[in-house]
Amino acid sequence: MITLKINDQLAKVKEGTTVLNAAKSLGINIPTLCNHQDLCVAGNCRVCVVEQKGARTLIASCAMPVSEGMEIHTNSLKVRNARKHIVELLLSEHRADCTKCYKNQNCELQTLANEFSFGEHIFFDLTEDHPYSIDRSSPSFSKDDSKCIRCQRCVRTCAELQHVSAIAVSNKGSEMKVSSFHNRPMSHVVCTNCGQCVNRCPTGALTEKTYIDQVWDAIYDPDKHVVVQTAPAVRVALGEDLGYDPGQRVTGKMVTALRQIGFDSVLDTDFTADLTIMEEGTELLTRLKKILVDGDKKLALPMFTSCSPGWIKFIEHKYPQMLNNLSTCKSPQQMFGALAKTFYAQKRNIDPSKIVSVSVMPCTAKKFEADRPEMRSSGYKDVDFVLTTRELAVMIRQAGIDFRALEESKYDSIMGSSTGAAVIFGATGGVMEAALRTAYEIVTGRSVPFKNLDITPVRGMEGVKEATIKIEGTKKEWNFLEGAELKVAIAHGLVNANKLVKAVSTGKASYHFIEIMACPGGCIGGGGQPIPTNIDIRKKRMEAIYSEDSGMSLRKSHENPEVIAIYKEFLEEPNGHKSHELLHTHYVQRESY
Amino acid sequence: MENKGLSKVDLIFEEINAKEVLQKAFAMTSEEIIQQVLESGLKGRGGAGFPTGLKWKYTAAEKESEKYIVCNADEGEPGTFKDREILDKVPYKVYGGMAIAGKAMGARKGFIYLRGEYRFLLPQLFIELHKFHKMIKEIGFDFQIEYRMGSGAYICGEESALFESIEGFRGEPRNKPPYPTTSGLFSKPTSINNVETLVTAMMIIKMGGAEYVKLGTKDSRGSKVFSISGDTPIPGIFELELGMSVQEFVNEFGDGDTKAVQVGGASGFCVPRKRFIETIIGFEGVPTGGSMKLFNSSRSMYNVLHNYLEFFTEESCGQCTPCRVGCQQLLKGIEKVKKGEAKSTYLNELIKLADTMKVASKCGLGQSVGNAFRSIVENFREEVIY
Repeated sequence: MITLKINDQLAKVKEGTTVLNAAKSLGINIPTLCNHQDLCVAGNCRVCVVEQKGARTLIASCAMPVSEGMEIHTNSLKVRNARKHIVELLLSEHRADCTKCYKNQNCELQTLANEFSFGEHIFFDLTEDHPYSIDRSSPSFSKDDSKCIRCQRCVRTCAELQHVSAIAVSNKGSEMKVSSFHNRPMSHVVCTNCGQCVNRCPTGALTEKTYIDQVWDAIYDPDKHVVVQTAPAVRVALGEDLGYDPGQRVTGKMVTALRQIGFDSVLDTDFTADLTIMEEGTELLTRLKKILVDGDKKLALPMFTSCSPGWIKFIEHKYPQMLNNLSTCKSPQQMFGALAKTFYAQKRNIDPSKIVSVSVMPCTAKKFEADRPEMRSSGYKDVDFVLTTRELAVMIRQAGIDFRALEESKYDSIMGSSTGAAVIFGATGGVMEAALRTAYEIVTGRSVPFKNLDITPVRGMEGVKEATIKIEGTKKEWNFLEGAELKVAIAHGLVNANKLVKAVSTGKASYHFIEIMACPGGCIGGGGQPIPTNIDIRKKRMEAIYSEDSGMSLRKSHENPEVIAIYKEFLEEPNGHKSHELLHTHYVQRESY
Repeated sequence: MENKGLSKVDLIFEEINAKEVLQKAFAMTSEEIIQQVLESGLKGRGGAGFPTGLKWKYTAAEKESEKYIVCNADEGEPGTFKDREILDKVPYKVYGGMAIAGKAMGARKGFIYLRGEYRFLLPQLFIELHKFHKMIKEIGFDFQIEYRMGSGAYICGEESALFESIEGFRGEPRNKPPYPTTSGLFSKPTSINNVETLVTAMMIIKMGGAEYVKLGTKDSRGSKVFSISGDTPIPGIFELELGMSVQEFVNEFGDGDTKAVQVGGASGFCVPRKRFIETIIGFEGVPTGGSMKLFNSSRSMYNVLHNYLEFFTEESCGQCTPCRVGCQQLLKGIEKVKKGEAKSTYLNELIKLADTMKVASKCGLGQSVGNAFRSIVENFREEVIY
């Protein structure tokens, strides 16, 4: 333990603690900007400088480990002057059009400016000297360099969490900027559109592409029938943008709010999550049979899940030789979209050309996914507009809805019923758990051998998880699996995905089935979720997901009554002809730079 | 204050029998070598002036089996060109100094980070290096030196940015601690020394620390190679004993009309005529990595300052706020004052900003922009305004 003094108070902290965290332990807040709990220390914004007795210069408290007998002042005259200067300098290079900015009132620079820099600015505006253009090439997010304060959180996010480095620092001095490869548009570089950078940008330099106005226009258009689907992870995070603490489930209120906003039908992506399990579980079992029994050489193991569009783009760029390993199942969003303009249109007797299909997702990559040319199985664009959780919160506020006061209500039917297995899609390991609950039962006729159906080995925040399930007492048609050990693995965050895929592709590890989610924690930590994000917040959202699951009466996808019905009435059987037409897709190789 | 007057010395460029000196060094223990260097009072010749013996001692004390000695030959400070001359004339003494440092610290590998613009020196340097490797092999000492090239960024002369550059990353200074002596190149304990420092260390082993101490003053031991440029009839490279006043320097090198001397390059201090007599060139007065630029009355100190600020605005790595934005504001600020678009009192705000940059920047670059700024604005305020 190290003893030091901060503002004349004694602190006892573990060796290696930063001055910033030591101060926090005493309840002393030091402002920060480039610092982020999920990322390595940068120490480059200098907002957190403090005075150390005897030191020649101020020190960056985020980067300085404590030492015995240290005496720190966090609010001396020298510190205050420097901090004010630093905030003013940042403001002078930031195009501060706050009232027009999407991040207005959710901007860390603005918060600092309110605290340290009200009144006349000391310095000259530098933004006039730097011509800028906003990169709107990606369907998922915009990049506006004139608002960038060079904290490099995005750069560290893309490198450390995602192993992508779509953005990096280029140039130096006054020309230094966060740039893509050869400064190409973001749509033309190896970017997965995961939006993790957007989640961590302290200003409005990186923001999702919003489709709020287009959705309002559709809602107000009397000719249109607007259906909305909501992803499982949205309901456990939306509350954070509406004044709730992290980890609050607001499913029922969200459904009411969507109805009040004016959507014609409020439906659930969870329905197609259950459908995904039917399709993907069947695909896995069929693949195992074809490879192990029939000796089919064209199919590949392990099979990778395909729900996460960030992951899909990652593998298309980085491991195109492994595209055969991907499940051909569309993501639940796109299965929903394809069915909305076919099955739903038929059942409700609505002209599919008049249906506008909207989804609310924890994800920015879903915006890209909806735009893929493969995603037009219905004959129309299957999903017209994708909103993030954050955009939905904006719409709720725009509509003047008092969210807390709302009554809870239930999803509409059809395509609104779901099981606990679908809900857990929102957390890392959830698809795996849901798939196992169904696949095991298909093969053996019995429930998975875990207490309360909770397959705990596949849960949790560890970057790469593994589990082995022994299959015993198989039904006759699956007896080739008798006694087999099904080996599965799960990775979340593309840096972990990369480790796992590398191990598999080099033969260092072998599995049958692998779940991969592009974002840390899975969809609960998606790039479209409320800001801020950190490990504690993600854990709370995850707990909420699992409590939603355990509170449901149906917890296996194959027990979803609407899923049973749709096979009977429309799809006929999992992996059948119609399914292949509407619910499955293919992938493309993309350039590696 | 001690004043030694001006006297020329010939240590750095003196031809010596390197093999003899190295044999002497390799016969000594690590502690003995470090003791000699400590005793000599040698401070780093790159400009920052950290005691070389201490740097070696700290690196030697680290328990790691892999350690490095890095020679900083990225000579980028405007007005400094002495390392080029040293590498051109006596490269074997640079190599020798590195080997001695290697012996002192238990490092078997050295890197020379050579300024990109000095690439033309490489063919000759390789020939000399080949001879050197052969020689120490004969002596029976295991030590290898490799070259790494800079690419023109001033910041890569900063030690940790230099490591990043060698490692293949963008040249950006690291957070300190950890210091290079614990975690430097490839995260291994590293002693990084200037070209001249290494040559001086070799000479100290040759002559003994006690003998070296006789040169210079209490705070600035020994002699130093100066790069002299500007308004002087005799520009060039001179080795001088430390401890002279700026007046004595100007008497020798000025053109009779010297109004200011910029000591230490763009990141150093501007000494005006009225301070020539009282200012000692050395760590007790104005320290320098060797750059001495003389200005006569035909020069506009506004232009001099403007030139320095343009340089820093371009050469800041850009990662930390005070340096990246501060440089731009200082430059824009003096332009606005000059044009009458800002009040002359705005210079006071800019001096405060320069002070913030000095205490809040991440590395020595941003921390030293204020040196030139403050000393020029305070001493030549009228020239800056009108």
